[in-house]
Parts: sequence; C-alpha cells; structure tokens
Amino acid sequence: MQATHLLFLLIVLGLFSFYVSRGRSLALANPLGGIRNLHSLPSYYGLHAALWCTLPATFLLGIWLIFDEIVINAMVMTDLSPELIPSDNANYNLILNKVSNIANGILPRESQPIGLLDAADNMLSLNVVSQWSITLLIITLAMSGLAWSSHKLKPDFRARPAVERVMQNLLLACACVAIFTTLGIVFSVLFESIQFFRSVPIYDFVFGLEWSPQTAIREDQVGSSGSFGAIPLFVGTLLVSAVAMFIAVPIGLMSAIYLAEYADSKVRTYAKPALEVLAGIPTVVYGFFAALTVAPFLRDLGASVGLTISSESALAAGGVMGIMIIPFISSLADDVITAVPQSMRDGSLAMGATQSETIRKVVIPAALPGIVGGIMLAISRAIGETMIVVMAAGMAAKLTANPLESVTTVTVQIVTLLTGDQEFDSPKTLAAFALGLMLFTVTLLLNIFALHIVKKYREQYE
Amino acid sequence: MSDSKTLIKIQHSLTRRNRAEARFRWYGRIAILIGLMAVALLFIDIVSKGHGAFRATYINLDIRYDADLIGIDNLSDTEQLSAGNWQALPKSALRERFPDVSGRRDKRRLNNLLSNGAGFDLKDRLLASPTLLGKTESVWVLADDDIDTYYKSWLDGNAYEARLTDQQIQWIGELHEKGLIELKFNSNLFNRGDSREPEQAGIRGAVMGSFLTLVMTLMLSFPIGVCAAIYLEEFAPKNRWTDFIEVNINNLAAVPSIIFGLLGLAIFINFFHVPRSVPIVGGLVLTLMTLPTIIITSRAAIKSVPPSIREAALGMGASRYQMVLHHVLPLALPGMLTGAIIGMAQALGETAPLLMIGMVAFIVDIPNGFSDPATVLPVQIFLWADSPERAFVEKTSAAIMVLLSFLIAMNTTAVWLRRRLERRW
Repeated sequence: MQATHLLFLLIVLGLFSFYVSRGRSLALANPLGGIRNLHSLPSYYGLHAALWCTLPATFLLGIWLIFDEIVINAMVMTDLSPELIPSDNANYNLILNKVSNIANGILPRESQPIGLLDAADNMLSLNVVSQWSITLLIITLAMSGLAWSSHKLKPDFRARPAVERVMQNLLLACACVAIFTTLGIVFSVLFESIQFFRSVPIYDFVFGLEWSPQTAIREDQVGSSGSFGAIPLFVGTLLVSAVAMFIAVPIGLMSAIYLAEYADSKVRTYAKPALEVLAGIPTVVYGFFAALTVAPFLRDLGASVGLTISSESALAAGGVMGIMIIPFISSLADDVITAVPQSMRDGSLAMGATQSETIRKVVIPAALPGIVGGIMLAISRAIGETMIVVMAAGMAAKLTANPLESVTTVTVQIVTLLTGDQEFDSPKTLAAFALGLMLFTVTLLLNIFALHIVKKYREQYE
Repeated sequence: MSDSKTLIKIQHSLTRRNRAEARFRWYGRIAILIGLMAVALLFIDIVSKGHGAFRATYINLDIRYDADLIGIDNLSDTEQLSAGNWQALPKSALRERFPDVSGRRDKRRLNNLLSNGAGFDLKDRLLASPTLLGKTESVWVLADDDIDTYYKSWLDGNAYEARLTDQQIQWIGELHEKGLIELKFNSNLFNRGDSREPEQAGIRGAVMGSFLTLVMTLMLSFPIGVCAAIYLEEFAPKNRWTDFIEVNINNLAAVPSIIFGLLGLAIFINFFHVPRSVPIVGGLVLTLMTLPTIIITSRAAIKSVPPSIREAALGMGASRYQMVLHHVLPLALPGMLTGAIIGMAQALGETAPLLMIGMVAFIVDIPNGFSDPATVLPVQIFLWADSPERAFVEKTSAAIMVLLSFLIAMNTTAVWLRRRLERRW
C-alpha cells in the first residue's frame, strides 16, 4: 500500500481504538457506580489507546519512507548482471535512473538490454515485497499497541498522567525542530564545504582575488581552469550593502525619530503602516523594480550628465535594497526610542533645550545601543538579500569599489551556481555551499551580537 | 549693560537654535515623504506597466473547419487529432482576408500576425462542438505577442514597432479600420500555465503551485509552531536547554532565506531523495523558514492571556494540560491565527530558497497534487522578468499585481482578525 493509504489506515485505527477504549472504560465504570470511580476521565483512556496504537506505527512508517528507496536501490544494484556493473559514481546514478524509469514504465521495455530489464523486474518485485511487509508490520504494531493499552486499562490506571507525559514529549519535539533546523543548516553547508576545501585550499578561497567558477568539462579546454577566490564577491556584497545602508539608515532613522517624537497620533496611525507596506512587498518585486525601472533610469541619468553607469550597477541594486530596509530600521529604531524613559526628555526640556537638542543629545545617545543593534540586523539582512541582486546586479566578479560599476555578490553566485540541474561532486556546485557557509557564519555572528546588544539595552530601561 | 548683552547673545543663539529645530523637523518630514513616495512610485510603476496585460489583441477571422485542411477524417481518433495541422485553419482564413498577398516571404509575414497557439484554440473549440466540422464561423483569434505589443502601444499613441515590417503594420491598420482587430479580456492569463510564447503564457500553474506549497507549509508549520510555543511558554523548565532553543529560534528568524534553500537542497533532496520541483519539498523548506515567525507570534499570543485565567482553571482542579487546552489555547487562538497568516504571507512572497530546490523549472502543465512538478508565483515573476521578449514585461507586472493583491488580502485579513477577535484584558 502507498504511504498515504497507510497513514489514512492509521488514522482510522486510531479513531477505532479511541472509541473502543473509551467504551470499555465506561463499561468498567458502570458496575462500580459511575465514572467518578475511574482514575481519569474516559476520554483519557481512549486517548491512551489511540496514542499507543498510532504513534509507534507512524514512527515506523516515517523510517520506512526514508530508507525504503535507498535500500531497494542498493539491493537492485548489487544484484545487477556483471557486464552492467558501473565503473564510477556518475555511471551508477545513470544506470539506476534507467532501471527505475523502466520499472515505472517511463522508458519503453523494448530494445533495452536484458540485464536492465531483469534489474527493473527485480526492483518491481522488491517494491511489492517491501510494501506488503510494511503494511503487515504497521498493522501488527498498531494492533499490539492497542492490545497493550487494553491490557493496562483498569479503573485505577492513571491514564491522564500517562497521556500527558506523551504529549509533553511531543511538544518538546516540536520545540526542538528549531534546533534540528540549525543543525541541519550547519551540517549541510559544513560537509559540502569541507569537500570543497579538499579540492580548493581554504586560503585560496578566502583570500583569492579572482573568481571564475567555470571548470573545464574537457581536459584541453581553454580559459576555464576555474579559480575560486572569493574576495571580489565579498567586496561586491559589501559595496551593495553599503549603498543600501547609506540610503536606509538616515531615512529610516529620521522617519522613526519624527514618528516617535513629533508626529501627532493622526499622522502616526497612517504613516506608520504605509511605511510598513515596504516591508511586506516580496523581494522579487523589488528586483523587478530595480532591474527594469531604477537601473535604466540611473543609466540614462548618468548618460545625460556624461557619467557611464552600468545598467547592472551596484547603485541601482543597493538603492532599491535600501528602500526595502527602511521600514526594518525605522520600526526597530521606533521601538528603542519609545523605550527611552520620558523623565530623561523632561529633564532635558526643563533645562531649556529645544526638542531637537533633546533628541540629539539625550534621546539618541540613550537609545544608541539599541539603534546600533538594529542597524547590525539590517546589515545582516542586506548581506543575505538575494532576489534584488540576482535580478539587478551583475554576474561578472569585478574587484571594484565604484558603485556605478557592475559587481556581483555572494548570494548571486550561490543562485547561479545552484540553479538548474547539478551534479554534487564538482567544485563548482560545492563552491556555492562554501559561500553559503561564509554567509551563514557572518550573518549568524552579526545577529547574535545585535540581539545581545538589543537585549542588554532593553534590560537597562525595564 | 552686561545683562542686555547676554540677552542679545541669547536672542541670537535662540533664533539659530530655533532654525535648527525647524530644520530637524523638516529632515524628519522629508525622510517620511521619501519612504511614502517610494511606496507610491513602486505601485504606480507596476500598475502602469502591467495594466495592459489584462487585455490581449484578437483578430477576427472567418474560420472554415475543413477536415481536409487539417488532415483528419475522424474526430474521435486521438492520434489523428494530435497529428493534425490545426494552424492551417487560421492561416487559410487570414489569407482569405488578404487575398492579394503572394510570395513565400509575404505569406510567412502574414502568418506571423497570429499566435502559433491559435490553431490549438480552434481545435478545442471544434472538439467542444463537433457539429462545426465543415462549417464556417466568425472567431476572434489570438494575435502574436509582437502584434499585441504594437497594437496596444499604437492605440496609446506611441507605436512600438520593434520587429514588425511596414507591411505588417499596414495590414494591422487595415484590420483596425474594418474593426477586425480588437483588445479583449485576456482570459489566457488566468487560465493557462507557463509558455515560451508571451501571448499564451498564464499564471494559473504558478498560482496553483503557490497554493499547494502554502497548504503544505501551513499544515506543517502551524501545528509545529503552536506546539513549540505552548511548550516554551507553559511547560518549559528554566534551564540551559530551553535557553538554547530560544536562542536558536531567534537566530533562525534572522538567517537569510537563501540558506534555507541550501538546507533543502542538501538535506531534503540530496539526503532524503525527495523529488525536485514539487510542492512537498517547497512546503518543507518554507515550513522551516516560517516556523520562527509563527513560534514568536504564538508565544506573544499565549503570553497575553492573563494569569488569572490559568489560576482559575487550576483552582477548579484542572491539570495543566487541561488548563492549556481548554482555556489558554482558545483565548490565544486569534493571535496565533494572525501570526500564521503573516507567516504565510511571508512564505507566499519568498523566492530565493525555492530557486535552490528546482522550483524554477519551466513547467507548462498545471499542477494538481503535492507531488506534481510546480513553480510558484514569485518564481514565475522571476522567470518572466528574465525573458527577453518585451511582451513579458507586461505579463510580469500583471503577475506582480496578482501577487500583491493576494498579499494585501492576507495582511488585511490578519489586521481585521486582530482587531475583531483579539481581546484586551
């Protein structure tokens, strides 16, 4: 049976055990004089049975789903007739694909070598065996779970604590998904990066000045030796982020100050959500805007005053990214500015300072750690931003600090290296994971540091 | 004497300081104005580029459903139908409109007025009502995208000729005078999947893909997120492990989305062998990405339920689970739903991680299930924005308008829900 059918079967079995056990507990309670003689409410007995019936079986089903295909493939490939035994990894996958395509009827059976047909038949029969055995196993497991639960069902059985213990563990497991995600990220980028650093030394990667990830397909190909020096990418990323921050910080900060200190409630209620619209617009829309409106506009503007601005300039990508980040900075700054105690403002105003002097000399210095933390979070966003730069920045890695030229960034290269079909053993694709490792490390450090500052600051005034 | 001097000094400095004050206020106003102008500019730009895509150019032709012309003799033979020369129908009808066109090259140019999918539209029409075979009817046939771009720009007063020849422009002029070329509602945009031909491309496939991916995301991330929030708020002991979970959640909320794509590629596709390009894997990746948002908002919702409710429940003899499930959770649910909608809006607009897991493939068929290859609306926008044909600019902007209206609808619902259902204690 298919996994979805099995899941459905388990749900039905779970409902069945719930009602059976609840009914049995009621039947047990009646001669004793009502359910008050049971330790727990009848539904807890039902839940206990349902959990014991479904949980172990679901767990088994999950494991089967993960390993079923892997095990079957390995068995098929070991039983392969000797003349078809693949020589290397790429060939292995090719043959495996062919076999499974024949088995699934995607490739016609005619004119295929007999060995492959045998392997395909082998695969089909193994599939049938595997599906029947998992069905049997799951039904057995579910039934023995139900039997175990029924065996324990007595009026003094503490069903509620037992159910709650299981639920507690389920909740804990859900909370741990966050940890597994982090672990998953770390392992996925780390393993592939280590593989990459085997073929390209880490020193060449971090300090190399040239980036051209095209590796030769043939030995004698010209001009595609592949060099993986990431400095131009780092410089490009920093340049675009710098342009973005140059726009976002003053505008975001000033609008936060105005909204928090000057604006009356009417302006606040309309202007604040209107600015926050900017935060809700998908980045791909910004990318489109940058590539098709801002970049040509800047290029024509440059041409009219005699400047050559590339049509994929860092200025266009960074500028639009800056607009995207404005609400991010303004809402964070707004939070920290309103957290500054009113007594500090009152003290300054009472000394005769104007409102702007109070803001500049009292409020901002007091809120500075929080603002710096917010700006650091914004920088980490700018560095990790992908779609705007993919659509509006260039592909060629140029080592330049001129925002009018075209640069490329870490995220652009990750996307270009990994989009479409790829094999996992070429340094070209592995390089993307090494870049991902860099990106993850830098943003993680920025985030931890920024969150730490913001938290410290909050404690100061609370 | 000296008193008045100080006074003058103060007066002078006061005007200076007041001017500085006014300047400072203006900086603030200008900053907000720039922000608001950016919002306005973005919307105006998108709408002005994209509004045209909701209408498409059609040419009126007298189509004669001639079996010989198509090369079929039996409408129920699927092999014949798929081999039939359907494009011959609109071609011959167009030649009848312009009988004096001769020569190979001119004929080809004439044929180029029509979309190369026009024949298949007629095929569908014929199959829907087989009695038409052998008869003649007047049909509005889809025009080519170059013609569409030209005709729209020409109607607007600044013609964009691009690849059209003078002769083709003249033909369009003739058709226009006779009222045989017209802009009509572009139903293809909403009913079709992707296509290499701009005039036949639609967003149906991408919208369905987005829908399936979002359903997958919601089914996974809402229960997991709510459970995690309940655990952390109500049951977690104060220890290092709990702190570690919290640090992880806060950091994941700030990890660049593209990193989740790398995770999906390395773990789900490469390790667990989930097929590429399907809503399942997209949903898994987006689940991990939206989980922090949902956990954080759910926790805030649980926190806002006053302790007195909990104490009352416990005082009545409820266990802690009964207290949470029967009292806290129902009261916190509106806040949690708001968080879920915001998380889903975030997932709907996300592009970068989906590029990594193969949802950028060119997919014509409209996905019908969680394991059909699919693309999503933002990725479709990205693909169209990359296409060189000018007609795709219009389509892209239209797709963006659709995406933005979905997002606006979701966010308005979230705000409405918060105002309507959330209780102040």
